[in-house]
Amino acid sequence: MLELEFMRLALAVGVVVGILAPAVGFFLVERRQALVGDGLGHVAFAGVAAGYLIGVEPVLTALVFAVVGGLAIEWLRTRGGAAGDQALALVFYTGIALGVVLVSSAGRLDVNLFQFLFGSILTVTWSDFWLVLALGLGSLAAIAALYRGLVGAVLDEEGSRVAGVRVGLLNTTVAVLAALTIGISMRVVGILLIAALMALPVLAAQRVAWSLRSTLGLAMAIGVVSVVAGLVLSYYGDLAPGGTIVLIAAGAFVVAALVGARPLLR
Amino acid sequence: MPLEPSVPALELDGVSFAYRGGPPALEDVSLRVEQGAFLGIAGPNGGGKTTLLRLALGLERPVRGTVRVFGLAPGARARGAPRIAYVAQRAQLASGTPVTVRETVETGRLAVRGPFGPLRADDRRAVEQAIDRVGLADRAGAPLRTLSGGMQQRAFIARALAAEPALLALDEPTTGVDATAQESLAQLLSGLQNELGVTILYVSHEFGAVEHVVSRLVLVRGRIVFDGDPAALPAIWHDPSHAH
Repeated sequence: MLELEFMRLALAVGVVVGILAPAVGFFLVERRQALVGDGLGHVAFAGVAAGYLIGVEPVLTALVFAVVGGLAIEWLRTRGGAAGDQALALVFYTGIALGVVLVSSAGRLDVNLFQFLFGSILTVTWSDFWLVLALGLGSLAAIAALYRGLVGAVLDEEGSRVAGVRVGLLNTTVAVLAALTIGISMRVVGILLIAALMALPVLAAQRVAWSLRSTLGLAMAIGVVSVVAGLVLSYYGDLAPGGTIVLIAAGAFVVAALVGARPLLR
Repeated sequence: MPLEPSVPALELDGVSFAYRGGPPALEDVSLRVEQGAFLGIAGPNGGGKTTLLRLALGLERPVRGTVRVFGLAPGARARGAPRIAYVAQRAQLASGTPVTVRETVETGRLAVRGPFGPLRADDRRAVEQAIDRVGLADRAGAPLRTLSGGMQQRAFIARALAAEPALLALDEPTTGVDATAQESLAQLLSGLQNELGVTILYVSHEFGAVEHVVSRLVLVRGRIVFDGDPAALPAIWHDPSHAH
């Protein structure tokens, strides 16, 4: 398997995404915004469609759309008078509707679009790899540098605000990181499944971890294992890689829930 | 910035407030709290006591009137300004992740160190001291959700103390906590006020546990209906929910 360049590239990109998606998802789950990734995925879909329409690389337009969507959700949540789920619904449905309109205008309701919806990690190129690596490492560096601030803001937003912490800036950082993660993860599991890779490893880790740091570490480990195992399994079983990766992450949650001896749903 | 003793810790002048589209929650409230005071803020549910605290902390903005904390507008980020710590109601602080006591308290250092980079040795010392002060040194590595309600509340107070605040605000800290833990909490806060000179704002609808340690009690029911020594409180008002 490793003698094939496309598999080596797929695994390399998968490892970066497997670490990054749960690392960012950790802060979304902790803020009870696990579905934000889903909403941003739908905005990214509109970005892909816009890329087709104007003849620009769809990954780049998807990145831009996702970042704008992330900022819009944060603005609506904090200043627009919309509760978190309302802000998400507004952006979610606007994104998918805009995507449908744009993609039909571009006349690209075809198999290429499906690559973005469900992932196409086996078609990753070297230029994709370098983009994922650069944005992935940059995002992880930002999380490491701001870890204490991000944790404080998600554990006690108002307490941090009173303490003089610029919570709005930290929340915006999380929104942008989530959008970047969506943008660079599209090729791995697809727009429709990326939110799962952000949330499921974190939910699994919460069941067996003993601290905040161990939750984050375990989530990233589960993310990487899910991606690598999913790719290997899909290679030998001729399965869809994106779906296989997410199913393994879901399996990890079930195992962790049993090991942690806590109820599946709380 | 050294604190002028004459500057009040908190000053509200003619403050009125209403939540968007709602009736007035507070009307024409004026209040001056000296530095080092232990102020109990009590009243019935919906009476406006939490709103008063949120106005003081800058979490809400008054419709009319002015709020000053140590002479500054709440939320003003003046370099060296006295630090403020807030312990919200415990239900708001629940986490799905097994956060340990130490990890919780470490976030208190954000007020001192800011959000960038790792904690330094003096931050870690301050964290351990705060944990020790609230009596949780032997549980520092335990996840919060494995502790009793009273112990969790102590951990949140330790987080506030790690910020080395000049003003500590607590909102309903005894909710869901048994009587023994309530009494213990009152003694802890009293000790903080006496030893560290921290100004304490303590909001509760059940102020019996702190009645004997607060230096001043304010009853809020849309406006201030009592302000003075708790000992001077008419007996009938010891039940804050009754219709004054």
